[in-house]
Amino acid sequence: MSTIPLNDSLRAPQATSSPAWRAFTLRTWKGFLTHGLPPIVIIGALLLVWELLGSRPGSALPSPSRVVADTWELIIHPFYDNGGTDVGLGWQILASLQRVAYGYTLAVVVGVGLGVLVGQSTWALRGLDPLFQVLRTVPPLAWLPISLAGFRDGQPSAIFVIFITAVWPIIINTSVGIRNIPQDYRNVARVVQLNGLEYFAKIMLPAAAPYIFSGLRIGVGLSWLAIVAAEMLIGGVGIGFFIWDAWNSSRISDIILALLYVGFVGYLLDRLVAWLGRVVTRGTAAG
Amino acid sequence: MSKTYLDISAVDMQFTRDGQTNPVLQGIDLQVQRGEFIALIGHSGCGKSTVLNIVAGLLQPTRGGVILDGREVNAPGPDRAVVFQNHSLLPWLTVYQNVELAVDKIFARTRSKAERREWILHNLEMVNMTHALQRLPSEISGGMKQRVGIARALAMEPKVLLLDEPFGALDALTRAHLQDEVMRIHAELHNTVLMITHDVDEAVLLCDRIVMMTNGPAATIGQVLSVDLPRPRDRIALADDPRYNHCRHEVLSFLHEKQRKVEPLHARAARPATMAERSAA
Repeated sequence: MSTIPLNDSLRAPQATSSPAWRAFTLRTWKGFLTHGLPPIVIIGALLLVWELLGSRPGSALPSPSRVVADTWELIIHPFYDNGGTDVGLGWQILASLQRVAYGYTLAVVVGVGLGVLVGQSTWALRGLDPLFQVLRTVPPLAWLPISLAGFRDGQPSAIFVIFITAVWPIIINTSVGIRNIPQDYRNVARVVQLNGLEYFAKIMLPAAAPYIFSGLRIGVGLSWLAIVAAEMLIGGVGIGFFIWDAWNSSRISDIILALLYVGFVGYLLDRLVAWLGRVVTRGTAAG
Repeated sequence: MSKTYLDISAVDMQFTRDGQTNPVLQGIDLQVQRGEFIALIGHSGCGKSTVLNIVAGLLQPTRGGVILDGREVNAPGPDRAVVFQNHSLLPWLTVYQNVELAVDKIFARTRSKAERREWILHNLEMVNMTHALQRLPSEISGGMKQRVGIARALAMEPKVLLLDEPFGALDALTRAHLQDEVMRIHAELHNTVLMITHDVDEAVLLCDRIVMMTNGPAATIGQVLSVDLPRPRDRIALADDPRYNHCRHEVLSFLHEKQRKVEPLHARAARPATMAERSAA
């Protein structure tokens, strides 16, 4: 029942041997060969090597099969809650994400605000730039003791560390974006007589958006890097402390699983901000 | 002669950089009547754009001033709408939104939302761009971008329309097409237009008077030529018109003989003045 005329535009889906269907399967198959196959081959090979190395008697680190067997309970129950810090990995990740959300949001608001100030005012740039250049090189964890001393509590200290880590690239990229607004756009705004607020909302933010978003993307990556380290020190629920706790109880398989989760969530955060940037800066980059 | 509408009087402009003062313009005097189409022509770097920016209010002259319709110009404003050479459309806004930005700001109090929408569409229709209202500037051609730039400027209902080499970046065919459209719009609306160009044919075809500028530094108006060709003008018919060719010749000889170099300024004085040569100063 595959004798459907070629000029028939309404092809039945069950006509599996129709040219359109064959073209579709061929495309899917080619797509898989070019994009799906290389990572599968490489990851498969690496897992095999790891499995061989990890299964030798007396090896320090567990093999992949061993990791899955050890952590099976954690994998299938991501949201169990036994009270205290004994909760599923899903909760641990969410607790970390919550801290990042607070600190990062604060960094976005302050970073864009200061970036606009420094981008607009040469005086502010001259005054603040030396401070920025020195402070931004301070490693995130070096801020932790001073913030613990200031806040006398782990939670706000961790949030502060996220903030102070993520804020620098946001400030610097925003100010560069503002400085790079073409004179033409400023002239258009002047001829139309936009006031300060209208200029900010209608010209400045959209024109600087590609720069701002590259700062935001770097910032979110850095805050996720910093949160794990900060949580190791402050304790409580969170993926960082989970890893530290697992190390102290010699649960190496748990650490490996947690690392995979951390990597995956970091990747998703990066993709999320990149996607948001693409949506918001529609057309801007293409000029 | 009717009364002067746009009066540029005794304008000097100097730029100071690193403590060194460079005179750019010296003693620019130009009186424009309402509805006149004026071209400013000169070699690149002679300060044509500076004159336009001073009229637009984007630059403040060192000395002298500009009066438009009885009011002194000292800041940019929509009564002196500019069509920039590189279109200057905001790339994140659609064609419609680019015009809307200006219209919504300028007529926020005087016109209702429906009237503003009508007005935006009317101006885009005038430049034949209603087919691409929702396109982004990156999705339309250079000629179309310039049309939208013209529509945006027209929508401001300017007293004087400032065109800064509006067709300089376009290919010859698109340029000719847009020149015809500008002539049609001018015939329809009788705008006062000040246009910068370095295209001799464009200046002769479009303008009532051609203001020729000497080379910088300290550039000034060297010669003003009246183009007494009847409107509407047709580029094909004019190609064989002796008056048209005479005007072209005047401008070409000014640009390529008298103003070829900065040095031989004395050569200009030695040459007898032609009937079309009228000092603007």
